[in-house]
Amino acid sequence: MDKKEVLVREEILGSNRKIAAETRVRLEKEGILTVNFLSSPGAGKTSLLERIAEALKMNHRMAVIEGDIETDLDAERIRKKGVPAWQITTGGACHLEARMVARLIPEIPPETKFLFIENVGNLVCPASYDLGESLRCVLLSLPEGDDKPKKYPKAFATADCLIFTKADLLPVVPFDLKRAEKEALEINPKLRVFLTSALRGAGIAELVRFFIERRVNMIQRHA
Amino acid sequence: MHELSLIASLFEILEEKARDERAKKIVLVKLKVGKLAGAVPEFLETAFNIYKDGTIAREAILEIEEVPLKIRCRKCQAIAERDDFVFVCPACGSTDLETLEGTELLLEKMDLEV
Repeated sequence: MDKKEVLVREEILGSNRKIAAETRVRLEKEGILTVNFLSSPGAGKTSLLERIAEALKMNHRMAVIEGDIETDLDAERIRKKGVPAWQITTGGACHLEARMVARLIPEIPPETKFLFIENVGNLVCPASYDLGESLRCVLLSLPEGDDKPKKYPKAFATADCLIFTKADLLPVVPFDLKRAEKEALEINPKLRVFLTSALRGAGIAELVRFFIERRVNMIQRHA
Repeated sequence: MHELSLIASLFEILEEKARDERAKKIVLVKLKVGKLAGAVPEFLETAFNIYKDGTIAREAILEIEEVPLKIRCRKCQAIAERDDFVFVCPACGSTDLETLEGTELLLEKMDLEV
């Protein structure tokens, strides 16, 4: 029996990355800005999306892909806002993968300008999977604590923006906003930082303006 | 805990390469895992040992080389390792950095019996 050493040097997530790259090109060329929301469970991803839906509704069509381990409760909440939404239930898996999103592309209605993907609530695993998004946002709710950027560096290192949520709780929870922002920016100096409250509506207009701007830049890049 | 998903992706590559090489079995698999790859070597090993049963790699040993996070400063060109994930150049304080290694998750090589 002969022994043979084979140098492979291949990325284990290479096939996910390839599908994600194809998705990104396809969606961007269709004028769709895709935003991947990452956070721990209960940080307020769905509530934020509901506010974004209200803010965008007048002028911009959006669609939402919801990722959860079980139930389609989140997709139902989004549909109530008049926004098309698809639920991916992973049946136990802790993250979404590029092929799950790619399968849904044919269903996205024409004229859609923004596609939001709400990843499975988890600050660890989803960070490793490119879904083909143009923009990755990590959400950090104030009650979770200001030490999260240092504890979950990959989620913050791979994001384009950091959205603090539940800002209305600032007077009642011991959350040092400056510390959290400083430590997140040490991990990733390019992060755009937003402070929002889905309950009171604070910061939503600014965030939505940012998405609209990024979409304009994206279209110019592809022109 | 997405290590089992990662190992499933690894086996897709292993089985394809082993077929290409007409291998009888895989005896060793070597991975390179960056500190910021988002995978825990110990869990990868556990997942590998569960997954390999009944495959062409059932007798294979998994070897993992951990790769520290290495950055290069675009301003002063200093190269440094940063295990604290603070993306600030230790030499000049600039934040304009390039990541050289430490985010990879690679199948480096495999040893076969052919």
